[in-house]
Amino acid sequence: MDFLVSNTHISPVYLVITGFIIGILGGFFGVGGSFLAGPALFGVGVPMNFVVGTDLAHIVGKSIVAAKKHRALGNVDLKLGLIMVIGTIVGVETGAQGIEQLKHLGQANVDKVVGVTFVIVLISISAFVGWESWETIKMQREREREAELSGVGVKKLEAKEDESALDHISRRIHRINIPPMITLRVSGINRISLWAILLVAFVGGVFSGFLGGGAGYIRMPSMVYLLGVPTHVAVGTDLFEVVISASYGTLTHAIKGNVDIMIALVMHTGAAIGAQIGAVSTQYFRGPKIRLAFVPLPLIGAGIVIYGLLVGHPVK
Amino acid sequence: MANKKESAHTARSFLIELLVYAALVTAYVFFVIGLFGNWLNGLYHHNKTLYAIAALALIIGQGVVLEAVTSLLLRLIGSRTE
Repeated sequence: MDFLVSNTHISPVYLVITGFIIGILGGFFGVGGSFLAGPALFGVGVPMNFVVGTDLAHIVGKSIVAAKKHRALGNVDLKLGLIMVIGTIVGVETGAQGIEQLKHLGQANVDKVVGVTFVIVLISISAFVGWESWETIKMQREREREAELSGVGVKKLEAKEDESALDHISRRIHRINIPPMITLRVSGINRISLWAILLVAFVGGVFSGFLGGGAGYIRMPSMVYLLGVPTHVAVGTDLFEVVISASYGTLTHAIKGNVDIMIALVMHTGAAIGAQIGAVSTQYFRGPKIRLAFVPLPLIGAGIVIYGLLVGHPVK
Repeated sequence: MANKKESAHTARSFLIELLVYAALVTAYVFFVIGLFGNWLNGLYHHNKTLYAIAALALIIGQGVVLEAVTSLLLRLIGSRTE
């Protein structure tokens, strides 16, 4: 099928199946899947600036489905999501301006700079989330073993309850006293500085505007490790927030000529059903196991981008 | 035992939903989305602001419609396989 805006020829079956897989991943991990969607599009010859904008557009449609499911499951902190939208939008515009500056230097430079940045970010995230999840699972097993030996019962976490080996970081951030301080009841956070939330959202927005997608691979771990939001609430809230911020990202990138909406529409037909399946599946897993299962995915994305950059032509 | 039965029932419903959905999507992609190609390309080259608004409206509209379609399919297929 010819996609005239981005001047590419891609099989619609490939796009629908890619969208389906990314939809499941997005609904399950709450990270939208741009760490796979972006490389999947780049790998078949879509120029990087179109990858960034088109992925943002695709995220909008997909996140509506998954966010609605998570809201029904009680996983959305509306207050947190609405605050984050403000920071994210500013960040998205900052990232989008970065792409425009690169375009002045030529398409090859856009592909190179964005591609290399993508690879570094994906590998770093995979390594960090893998390390943290493993540490948390080890910590839980150690506690259960000690409880068994001492004959005292240990409270087993329910599927939706969560803990992390890095809880001390979020506790320290909660103690930062820069007003206004706010309470997030759904997330179980008694008091946190508004600026901490806005900063996390801004950084996520920059990644979103510069690398495409909803940047859930940055925002979701940041919400869990830095803000102390339980994983299931981070997944649902991130999806809710991304509907709004990705809509803004779509508009700004489309005006700048970086969106091929036809590609997004075709990919989204697969993502719509995948997102439903992914969202329902989160009920059956605990936080650290969700995070551990996430680890290989950014590495797959990084591999595809590296292949595209080295070989210089689309994957056939 | 009851849980295994429930999981098998859910898996069967999802599989049937996927097959029905795949047939609908094939028709939709080739007969509906394909029609928009030239119009959107023209809009892209003549008025990017209008193109941006149309793009957002299309993806949101498709998001809402497909969510309704997939939910309906799941409800219909789920009740038939009970």
